[in-house]
Amino acid sequence: MGDVLIFAEHQQGKFPKSSLTALLAGQELAQKRGGKAIAVVAGDSPEQLAGELAKYGCAKVIALAHPALKNYLADAYAQALAALVKSAGAEYVLATATAMGKDLMPRVAARLGAAMASEIVAINNDGTFIRPMYAGNALATVEMDGPVKVVTVRATAFDAAKPGDVAAPVEKVDAELDGASTRMQFVAFNQTKSDRPQLTEARIVVSGGRGLKSGENFKTVLEPLVDEMGAAMGASRAAVDAGFVPNDLQVGQTGKVVAPELYVAVGISGAIQHLAGMKDSKVIVAINKDEEAPIFNVADYGLVADLFKAVPEMVQEVKKLKQ
Amino acid sequence: MKILVPVKRVPDPATTIRVLPDGSGIATDNVKWVINPFDEIAIEEALRIKEKQGGEVVLVAVGQQTWQEQLRTGLAMGADRAILVRSEAALDTLAIARLLAKIAEEQKPDIIILGKQAIDDDSNQVGQMLAEMLGWPQATFASKVEFQDRKCTVVREVDGGLETVAFDLPAIVTTDLRLNEPRYASLPGIMKARKKELKEIPADSLGVDLTPKLKIKKLDPPPKRQAGRKVASVEELVQVLHNEAKVI
Ligand SMILES: Cc1cc2nc3c(=O)[nH]c(=O)nc-3n(C[C@H](O)[C@H](O)[C@H](O)COP(=O)(O)OP(=O)(O)OC[C@H]3O[C@@H](n4cnc5c(N)ncnc54)[C@H](O)[C@@H]3O)c2cc1C
Ligand SMILES: Nc1ncnc2c1ncn2[C@@H]1O[C@H](COP(=O)(O)O)[C@@H](O)[C@H]1O
Repeated sequence: MGDVLIFAEHQQGKFPKSSLTALLAGQELAQKRGGKAIAVVAGDSPEQLAGELAKYGCAKVIALAHPALKNYLADAYAQALAALVKSAGAEYVLATATAMGKDLMPRVAARLGAAMASEIVAINNDGTFIRPMYAGNALATVEMDGPVKVVTVRATAFDAAKPGDVAAPVEKVDAELDGASTRMQFVAFNQTKSDRPQLTEARIVVSGGRGLKSGENFKTVLEPLVDEMGAAMGASRAAVDAGFVPNDLQVGQTGKVVAPELYVAVGISGAIQHLAGMKDSKVIVAINKDEEAPIFNVADYGLVADLFKAVPEMVQEVKKLKQ
Repeated sequence: MKILVPVKRVPDPATTIRVLPDGSGIATDNVKWVINPFDEIAIEEALRIKEKQGGEVVLVAVGQQTWQEQLRTGLAMGADRAILVRSEAALDTLAIARLLAKIAEEQKPDIIILGKQAIDDDSNQVGQMLAEMLGWPQATFASKVEFQDRKCTVVREVDGGLETVAFDLPAIVTTDLRLNEPRYASLPGIMKARKKELKEIPADSLGVDLTPKLKIKKLDPPPKRQAGRKVASVEELVQVLHNEAKVI
């Protein structure tokens, strides 16, 4: 009772920070429910990767192995993970609400006939969870019944697990999976090329909106500031829809949720759907020529100015700091 | 091609949502109700597939009588008929997916297109649950859908880029924002929609366990951010970020 299986996602042979966040959230949940936290690393031969998680505070790390788990495919992964939940007798299955976590976990829930709470931001002592609804305009306290419960966690709401001295045992489990049962084929992954920090992991995020007016301006006006500050770049939906920047830079209710130490919104009006993705940032700066723009209601520091003048100036001022 | 599109009624995304003082729900007095924006994209995609390949677009909603309004709007956009699975009780995503699975078994669509997420509960679950219940492949967060006979190729918006997956029909697709730009219902469309079939089925006639396993105990408004201040110049901005906030 109370055991928590934590699905630890890996990307290109590495664990992103979001996976370490899942580990810590899972450990908190296990502790509150009087169970053990068990990490799961899936793949065709995930033993070595699984070993990397041994010191991150879980009671055990399971390397869930099967040739059909080489590339992530929702149906195969759901089958393997659900079978493991049953054989391990876990009460909770947890993952981070990344694109993969969002894709996979409802399928696992359905397979187990279990309820699921998406993107939880807090774990209460009584076993209830808190999760945002209505683009963050409401925080719901939710209660789940049943022998198994599925949750995804919002990475910005929990810290990442850190390695300690004790290494937990790593156990290889051959996945109960009919390899032929996957009805999906992985065709290609077209990675957005960027040398910048990842949006969801960066300490500083500089985002541009429709006010930038073109993809060209993102390059010539915004990017110098992004790079001068060592920041990740984000964008509003309007900027993404207009094709100024790639889709995966969208911050918001239906894009990525970020909570960096510093978030700089440039030429973004501050629609509720955008705020949903960044309002938990520690310090928020807004640069907008419209002093009535709603973004100023959440900004710690607001600058009413034409961005085409202000942003190049800011590049120079930030440079000066370094001298 | 027979296409099933599950549709949810949600508050207009432009409405300001307020939590009721007793935490029992949101204030609905000034809310305008619309089709979930992602479901509008799903309807549009279904209509485009039908326009290319022929077939039928069937809408299905699990909700109250008032939801007829959104189904009529979908019919006015061009869908052929609609099914309203009537339930007065609040259902969780698992129950909704189970009801949709029953409808799918009866209607036998080649493809089911859903929104990736309902903008009220922000769950992002029903499409994936439905896919598992039916044992079908799923392509969530679709930004492009293409067919070659019964083979479907979908480009998905995932972390760090775009992923392409392929599978045979029947299958589940959930829509992302960039899939298409939904059309408006035309006046003739609205006239025609009045005569289209809108069938009601009571949810409890489908033999599905509707007891919610996930219950919302209460809603709270989110903590308010302290209002900040305006700075007069870029120079001042960078100074305060450096000396006061100490973030650069
Ligand atoms: C279902 C749904 C989901 C959505 N999901 C998201 C989401 O996840 N993320 C998201 O961001 N949005 C989302 N939106 C869209 C959201 O409602 C807004 O439309 C969007 O955020 C607006 O983007 P923007 O602020 O860049 O554009 P606008 O609202 O057009 O604002 C542009 C701003 O730039 C300023 N500006 C213009 N020129 C200059 C200049 N020269 N100097 C300084 N300032 C200037 C203007 O004053 C204005 O405030 C969603 C909408 C829906 C319906
Ligand atoms: N009550 C409902 N009736 C019909 N379809 C629904 C209902 N709830 C959710 N859906 C569908 O499932 C999608 C995802 O919803 P959700 O998992 O609640 O975020 C929506 O975009 C709809 O296509």
